[in-house]
Amino acid sequence: MPTGWRRLTGSSEWGNSVTDVQLWTYGLIIATFALYIGIAYATRVRDTKSFYVAGQGIAPVWNGMAIAADWMSGASFLSLAGIVASLGYDGSMYLMGWTGGYVLLALLVAPFLRKFGKFTVPDFVGDRYGSNLLRGLAALTAVLISMTYIAGQMRGVGVVFSRTLDVSVDIGVMLGAVIVFFYAGLSGMKGITWTQVTQYLVLILAFIIPPIMLSAQLTGNPVPQISFMGMVPELNSLLSELGFPAYTEQLRSMTDKVALTMALMLGTAGLPHVITRFFTTPDVKGARTSAIYALGFIAVLYTTVPALSVIAKSNLINRLDGTVYTEAPSWFTKWENTGLLKHADKNGDGIIQYRPGKALLADGAPDPKNANELHFDNDILVMATPEIAGLAPWVIGLVAAGAMAAALSTASGLLITISGAVAHDIYYKLLRPDASESARLNAGRLTVLAASVLAAYFGINPPGLVAETVAMAFGIAAATFAPMLILGIFDKRMNWQGATAGLLVGLVCTAAYIWYFTPTLGGPGTPDQYLFGIGTQGFGTIGLLLNVAVSLLVSRLTPPPSAETQAIVESVRYPDGAGAAQVH
Amino acid sequence: MTQTPTSLAPSIPAEEQRRRQQYWQATLRLTLGLLAVWLFVSIGLGVLLAPTLDRFQILGGPLGFWIGHNGAIYAFIALIAIYANRMAALDRQFGVGE
Repeated sequence: MPTGWRRLTGSSEWGNSVTDVQLWTYGLIIATFALYIGIAYATRVRDTKSFYVAGQGIAPVWNGMAIAADWMSGASFLSLAGIVASLGYDGSMYLMGWTGGYVLLALLVAPFLRKFGKFTVPDFVGDRYGSNLLRGLAALTAVLISMTYIAGQMRGVGVVFSRTLDVSVDIGVMLGAVIVFFYAGLSGMKGITWTQVTQYLVLILAFIIPPIMLSAQLTGNPVPQISFMGMVPELNSLLSELGFPAYTEQLRSMTDKVALTMALMLGTAGLPHVITRFFTTPDVKGARTSAIYALGFIAVLYTTVPALSVIAKSNLINRLDGTVYTEAPSWFTKWENTGLLKHADKNGDGIIQYRPGKALLADGAPDPKNANELHFDNDILVMATPEIAGLAPWVIGLVAAGAMAAALSTASGLLITISGAVAHDIYYKLLRPDASESARLNAGRLTVLAASVLAAYFGINPPGLVAETVAMAFGIAAATFAPMLILGIFDKRMNWQGATAGLLVGLVCTAAYIWYFTPTLGGPGTPDQYLFGIGTQGFGTIGLLLNVAVSLLVSRLTPPPSAETQAIVESVRYPDGAGAAQVH
Repeated sequence: MTQTPTSLAPSIPAEEQRRRQQYWQATLRLTLGLLAVWLFVSIGLGVLLAPTLDRFQILGGPLGFWIGHNGAIYAFIALIAIYANRMAALDRQFGVGE
């Protein structure tokens, strides 16, 4: 045991009372909420261009921060480190998948869609393919993806509320929905940009401070990205003593890992709420530069995650395994009340034993088939770590505010995307082309309200864990938007017939596969029936390949797109004004 | 790339048209090159070759593990930065910038 551990475990209780922690948490959450709503009020909008694309005047560095906050969801903040800690080596799928997609976004999608210069992704699809049918389908798909994604966000907000305000997760979800509706509905994309910039700063500070402090305490090096590698061999031997596989052992099949990593990367390139953020820059060059800033800001969190996973996992095992339950630190019983942490004393010796296997059965009773007595939910790893490590109460409060910022910033971006698809593409472009500017803005706000209510419903009844729900949105985005947008830019011969057929095949196959293998949705499949051993989250890669194959085949069997359509494709390829007629 | 949209043809002279095609070809070459590196780093080094690379050490732990958990992310940022930089140069060179 390194001296750092003794220092940590030696201070049996943090010196501060629980009231301090609650005070800091309430204070920081209320202060940040007041800030977000204040920003929303100061930037409230009266026209649709501000509501949907923030007037196209956002400088790349701010846009990069806003993209980063939009991108890093409640799942990234709350669950990712826990998932990586439990997956070990194989956690690289999520780490690379959710960052590598930005290369595709930056090289194949964002600058060209910015050049096109309209409000929404279905806007581009409808004009590029000269088809209102496809515009409608794209709008519905954007709503489907964003709703799946937002459910996970609302769940994340609910988890944080339930922990910090001592309310049920369901009440927490409803509170979150009210707050996000209030500021997204009021100020649209313009206000969201500035709240997201603020939320990025809150969430990134909240995320990196505990690992920096822990890293400094345990290793003397305050840069977790450097120090965590040295702790890996030690964690390996700790795990093998308890009968676990080593942290650096790869357990998943190569096929599944490749498919999942690719599905997450390709999905990133097709997520409407992320692409829309690139519409807010002043020009094409700004869109390219935004991508550098965005991934840079995202990387601050994403390179810290694997470090925190190693540090927190080592910490957890050292602090809890072999500890007498009645002498467990005070935070343990506090977390037990939430049901996310549990000691099931199977052998009745009063000592916590952490071993392989699930401690509890699905109904919460101890599982007699293994000796593991410690149930630790992935979702609370990030939030509990500062308390477990005995950090100051303001850090614990900041982490709660950071998790809120992460979930709310993503939820607000998603709400604007849903609103754009329904109120701009379906209501205005398809149903009421004669609608006045103020009627369109009201429709936008009304859709934000309806979407908030739906999001709260799905947050209360989520189809899977937070991160799993989000991963499904990626599968569908990879199988639908990614190929439709990339082919639309790079293949001039692609026509609406090909794109429609590809979209339908990709969407139906991916959705059916996910349903079939998701027990919580009523699917009958079991993992041993997986196609090529690829799980639900990785199937988007297959969905994309099917989409591309069908699109290419059908487009070559049908007439080429009109000269007008080809001129649109031509114009998005060049940053200069050849496509001036396309500017909104 | 040989198809010229008829609606644009009258307004853009042949010389201009050829320059634009060269710009687009250069863009495609750059894009494909960077994507090859992207695929090699992520799927190649980060997944398929990772077990082999684990024989080497970096910062006190296995190299393949480090690439998948940290190293690839740094490479992704570099790729996007190179792209933005080179594209800005191409925009200037072919006179198609904003």
